[in-house]
Amino acid sequence: MIRVVLPAHLRKLAGVDGEVKLDVAGQVTQRAVLDTLEARYPMLRGTIRDHVTQKRRAFVRFFACEQDLSHEPPDAPLPDAVAMGAEPFLVVGAMAGG
Amino acid sequence: MSGVRVLVGTRKGAFILTSDGKRKRWDVSGPHFAGWEIYHMKGSPADPNRLYASQSSSWFGQIIQRSDDGGKTWHQPGTPPGEPTTTPDGMPKGESNKFVYDTSPETGKPLTTHQWYDGTPHPWEFKRVWHLEPSLTDPDTVYAGIEDAALFRSTDGGQTWQELAGLRGHGSGPKWQPGAGGMCLHTILLDPSDPGRIFIAISAAGAFRTDDAGKTWRPINRGLKSQYIPDPNAEVGHCVHRIAMHRSRPGVLFMQKHWDVMRSDDGESWQEISGNLPTDFGFPIEVHAHEPDTIYVVPIKSDSEHFPPDGKLRVYRSRTGGNEWEALTKGLPQRDCYVNVLRDAMAIDSLDKCGVYFGTTGGQVYASADAGDSWAPIVQHLPAVVSVEVQTLP
Repeated sequence: MIRVVLPAHLRKLAGVDGEVKLDVAGQVTQRAVLDTLEARYPMLRGTIRDHVTQKRRAFVRFFACEQDLSHEPPDAPLPDAVAMGAEPFLVVGAMAGG
Repeated sequence: MSGVRVLVGTRKGAFILTSDGKRKRWDVSGPHFAGWEIYHMKGSPADPNRLYASQSSSWFGQIIQRSDDGGKTWHQPGTPPGEPTTTPDGMPKGESNKFVYDTSPETGKPLTTHQWYDGTPHPWEFKRVWHLEPSLTDPDTVYAGIEDAALFRSTDGGQTWQELAGLRGHGSGPKWQPGAGGMCLHTILLDPSDPGRIFIAISAAGAFRTDDAGKTWRPINRGLKSQYIPDPNAEVGHCVHRIAMHRSRPGVLFMQKHWDVMRSDDGESWQEISGNLPTDFGFPIEVHAHEPDTIYVVPIKSDSEHFPPDGKLRVYRSRTGGNEWEALTKGLPQRDCYVNVLRDAMAIDSLDKCGVYFGTTGGQVYASADAGDSWAPIVQHLPAVVSVEVQTLP
């Protein structure tokens, strides 16, 4: 079971409290986690990744196990601790003013 | 008893202000979508309980919200949670926030480029929805004006959106350039006498018209002059801030341009009607609900200040279709006022007497229940107001 932590605005859009738990088929990568997340919560499509290019939105970052994974290839395996559910995959809105 | 519902979009959420026909006591609900920019909200003329809202943020992009109960509850009109996101044949279902330029060979146009600020070619990139214009007759049909400028339409209540690609691809698109606020399609006027005719305006390209419900388009900018572009009389390149029409006389258009208030009596050529205005710059322009020649503007000092001249917030009204203007000041701050009134932040109700509303970047929403003769704030401390619309309720 993969644990995903969403920022407050996206939790509200998805109608969830706290962590989201996902069954991800196959290898646990950024793409696989986000595909599974969007399939379960279609209202999140386009909010984390661009609809067309599937690239991460500029002010969204990915963290896990105290590492910034934002620039990792989307098909690279996530850390074992994420794949085993010991650590969450964090979707974070970049801090900025305004 | 009749009443009004004022829909206010701000930089940090949406607010709904309601009153009875006297328009003296107001209920304020909100913030809805707290923390998000609400560029625009508008109700369907065919079903006043059907509202659409454009919710966006630099972080999480564009969301479309819909209410079917007059703003009490909202939902994204996409695929409900738990339902498959693909059709039985494996195609992705459309999502309510999916705005993709149409480049298909059957209905679309090549994406090409538009001009960047420095004149170099720049690819088209979807950024946000600036304006939502529900159909006059069908609650499930709604148009969206987007940045980078293009016109989209939904016929399923906002679930899926298709570009009317003839506008972006009609020929002048590669010459369009963004204004300071981005290259946005901000005005959509549906002609109540002719379902095929739509007027739109883009900053900084100009005004355009279709007579065949969006298949083909042409610029309607003859008579506009923009002194700092290479050809001041060019077919496109004009920074139109807003256009308005009266329902009973859709052939006559009024325009607030980046410099100059203009009028068109034929829907394609313009003459200046700035007359005695203290400045011909500003953003919104509206027409009185019952007097087609009574129009309202809010003069703003340009070019970089973007606040009222002399620190006096004044609405100007012309009862003669332009050129002769009177300042409306009763109830509005006449000293130390340095707010702006943005292009979509003025609206008119259809009660008798006609109500006029506008919002400021200082977070005030002002209302006049007597066609502008006197004003009072409904609310004074909202986030910066981006848009104001009003519904006249039975």
